[in-house]
Amino acid sequence: MGDPLFWHRLQFGFTAAFHYLYPQLTMGLALLIVVFKTLGKSPGNERYQDLARFWIRVFGINFATGVVTGIPMEFQFGTNWARFSHFSGGVIGQTLGMEGMFAFFLESSFLGLLIWSEKKIGPKLHYLAAWALFIGSWLSGYFIVATDAFMQHPIGYTIATSAENIRTLQVESFWSFLLNPWALAQYFHNMMGAAVTGSFFVTAVGAYWALKGIHTEHARATLRVGVIAGLLTSLIVAFPSGDHQGKMVAKYQPVSLAAMEGRFQSGTYAELNFIGQPNVAEQKLDNPIKMPGALSFIAYGSFSSNVKGLNEFPQDQWPTNIELLYYSFHIMVGLGTIFIGIMGLSVLLLWKERLEHTRPLLWVLMLAFPFPFIANTAGWMVAELGRQPWLIYGLMRTSEGSSEMVHAGQTIFTSLGFAGLYVVLWFLSAFLILREISHGPAKEATTNHTN
Amino acid sequence: MEMLWFWLVSVMVAIYSVMDGFDFGAGILHLFVAKTNEERRQVLGAIGPLWDGNEVWLLAGGGAMFLAFPRTLAAGFSGFYLAMFMVVWTLIIRGISIEYRSHVQDELWRAFWDRGFAFASILMPILLGAALANVIRGVPLDKSGYFNIPLFTDFGTGNPVGILDWFTVLIGVFVLVTIAAHGALFLAWKTDGPVHDRSRALAKPLWAGVVGLWVAATIATRTVSPEIYDHFAGSFLAWLFFVVYVAGLATVFYGILKERFLLAFLGSGAFIIGILATTAACVWPVMLKSTLNPGWSLTAQNASVGSHGLATGLVWWIIGFPIAVGYVALLFKIHRGKVKAAAEGEGY
Ligand code: HDD
Ligand code: HEM
Ligand code: HEM
Repeated sequence: MGDPLFWHRLQFGFTAAFHYLYPQLTMGLALLIVVFKTLGKSPGNERYQDLARFWIRVFGINFATGVVTGIPMEFQFGTNWARFSHFSGGVIGQTLGMEGMFAFFLESSFLGLLIWSEKKIGPKLHYLAAWALFIGSWLSGYFIVATDAFMQHPIGYTIATSAENIRTLQVESFWSFLLNPWALAQYFHNMMGAAVTGSFFVTAVGAYWALKGIHTEHARATLRVGVIAGLLTSLIVAFPSGDHQGKMVAKYQPVSLAAMEGRFQSGTYAELNFIGQPNVAEQKLDNPIKMPGALSFIAYGSFSSNVKGLNEFPQDQWPTNIELLYYSFHIMVGLGTIFIGIMGLSVLLLWKERLEHTRPLLWVLMLAFPFPFIANTAGWMVAELGRQPWLIYGLMRTSEGSSEMVHAGQTIFTSLGFAGLYVVLWFLSAFLILREISHGPAKEATTNHTN
Repeated sequence: MEMLWFWLVSVMVAIYSVMDGFDFGAGILHLFVAKTNEERRQVLGAIGPLWDGNEVWLLAGGGAMFLAFPRTLAAGFSGFYLAMFMVVWTLIIRGISIEYRSHVQDELWRAFWDRGFAFASILMPILLGAALANVIRGVPLDKSGYFNIPLFTDFGTGNPVGILDWFTVLIGVFVLVTIAAHGALFLAWKTDGPVHDRSRALAKPLWAGVVGLWVAATIATRTVSPEIYDHFAGSFLAWLFFVVYVAGLATVFYGILKERFLLAFLGSGAFIIGILATTAACVWPVMLKSTLNPGWSLTAQNASVGSHGLATGLVWWIIGFPIAVGYVALLFKIHRGKVKAAAEGEGY
């Protein structure tokens, strides 16, 4: 209880995980809204315009919650991770500053126009506003991922020593920092993950309407867009993107890879474990179901490659929570595989024109929407836990980054505050979004909520 | 270069204060100037499309500080730990109060969010004013360059200090009244009907209060932090900004008398920017003053990140800033004219 570091980590992890529930849907929906609006441009496709309007209303509620939960994140760099901010501000301050200047201003300026001003600004500018929101939200994703990527794989910096003998980081090569190969890979994977969330969410609503037999035309259009986008993004998130992520980790963070797979001993023809429980005390994986050679192939492209186990690394370099890391990774990959299965089947039936009448599958699609949220959260847990015990990989340990002057009691107090506030926030935003969904798509630009 | 970034950060903070200031001002006043649901929605309609963008000035200002003076950011944020989270929670409550309110047509639901909006809008200027006053008064920065102070001690300005003492509370109230007065002019400019009339009626007494508190704050600052006035005498910039804010104040009263509320609102913006800029010119180069030992203060030089980083940041800042200003101009152009309450189901 008394260790401030524990509370700083818990607070940051909890608030970040909560925040990211919203932006992933924002970024996924922003893409699909552009798709709906583009489809709705051709004559005879008015129902796509209705759908765009409907999703924009949902988007607005979700976005607002994303904004208010994002603000604390920005503050926590300074409040909870003062020594980290001091040490690395010379580098990550660049991307965090750019995010405000280039992404948040764009998003926040066009948000009101997109949601409320369609009649006032006309269809052309409204279409542009949809693009602005898409570009803005995907840009803000890039800047934050680039920040995180620096922590995972720092490049483009130098270490400066001040007159008072304080060491800090400074940008040396702006472009290699901004275009960090880790950032590009992570961004691609992460954005596809967000698009999976968006697709499943849209599909779930389409399935709900279809099951209830309401808004038939709209349900058909929604399902069509939802499952096609869902299959494409689910495929891409696994291959080439997830595969590439795995290779990056193998190359730059081999000890995390070993922990993600619960691999304690080194060896060639490394196996991929589908299931099993890591047993850190005895340094083995209990009850594994495995595929020999697969891990070597995934990580290095050849079945016979040697994949290092944890025992090759000193214990003080091991990730601090191997069990959670292992399960998070397997949950993400497991869900990813299931997503491909569900969406593949759905697209097949769509093609055979039977999707709307296959009620069991519609039930599955309606109930599946929480799982991409779980997969995305699990994915971030993999990234963040796998980085441990480093805060900036190889440069600064997590224990060296917290705010020394802040007492555990203060952090416990504010963590409880967040816990309470966020529970309320979650229920309120869920309530408002469900309410919007129950109103359904309206025909006109104006909707009257009073039925 | 350090000096340039010191001013860029100050400019961002000043813009934030003016822009989000009118949102908070509207929030402080709306329970009094807007009585019916229709009138409340008129107020929300005036700030609804703008508040999020206004808030981004805070994030962008914080980003500029992070990039240029990470040491100051780290010391300040962790040192004012509890107050920082009060700011964060206040911003959360303010944001969702504006955004969630009009989605449900229910009297209690709306009354709840109206009060949330007012509560957050009142608390925030007090906190920001107290923060500014803490910077002026100084904090117990030690040799390590960090500090952590409680919310309050004995309300005196000597060590051990707390975030709230008589001086910081006084500045907090000064900022609260100024922001309310600023908001009154904004509403008088952007609305018509009863909201306009009530805001106009409030503007005069509020601005009289601003003048009274301004005098009190000036005297108080003189006793708490006398060195500021020594700087003032010798600083050309400080005199320049002093002229800006006095001129702003005069414009406010002229505008109110002539019923030209846009002019008065601009004057009030100049007043806020001028007063913050004067303060910045007077404290330069100190960013966080140590009450324990002047040598331990954080200054634009010893907290700076180094010239290469500052130069890199400047390049994209010069590109980004006009774009951001362009969005603001575009929004004001699209939403020009007096604001009407939106129909149910449409708008804030
Ligand atoms: C819908 C969400 C989703 C799905 C289905 C997957 N991922 Fe993922 N994954 C993410 C969402 C995600 C994420 C949330 O976007 C993460 C966290 C950080 C990041 O950049 O992406 C991530 C991280 C992440 C990492 C960790 C990188 C690191 O340690 O920094 C690896 C190795 C993979 N993924 C690999 C995969 C593979 C092989 C998948 C096969 C199906 C897969 N992911 C499916
Ligand atoms: C939105 C998705 C994210 C989630 C769910 C997430 C989750 C977490 C978790 C669970 C921890 C605690 C790890 C531990 O202490 O063992 C953590 C720590 C941290 N994360 Fe993230 N994170 C996310 C994104 C980010 C991003 C984008 C950044 C950088 C800009 C970041 C920066 C940090 C920092 C500074 C810490 C504290 C130091 C540490 O414990 O390593 N996080 N995060
Ligand atoms: C842990 C580090 C993070 C910080 C400091 C942070 C900061 C913020 C802030 C301050 C906002 C509100 C902006 C506004 O006022 O308009 C915001 C919203 C947003 N964030 Fe984050 N964020 C973090 C993690 C992430 C991650 C990992 C992503 C995705 C890759 C992300 C994507 C977004 C997006 C798209 C928005 C727009 C609002 C929304 O989608 O609801 N953020 N973030």
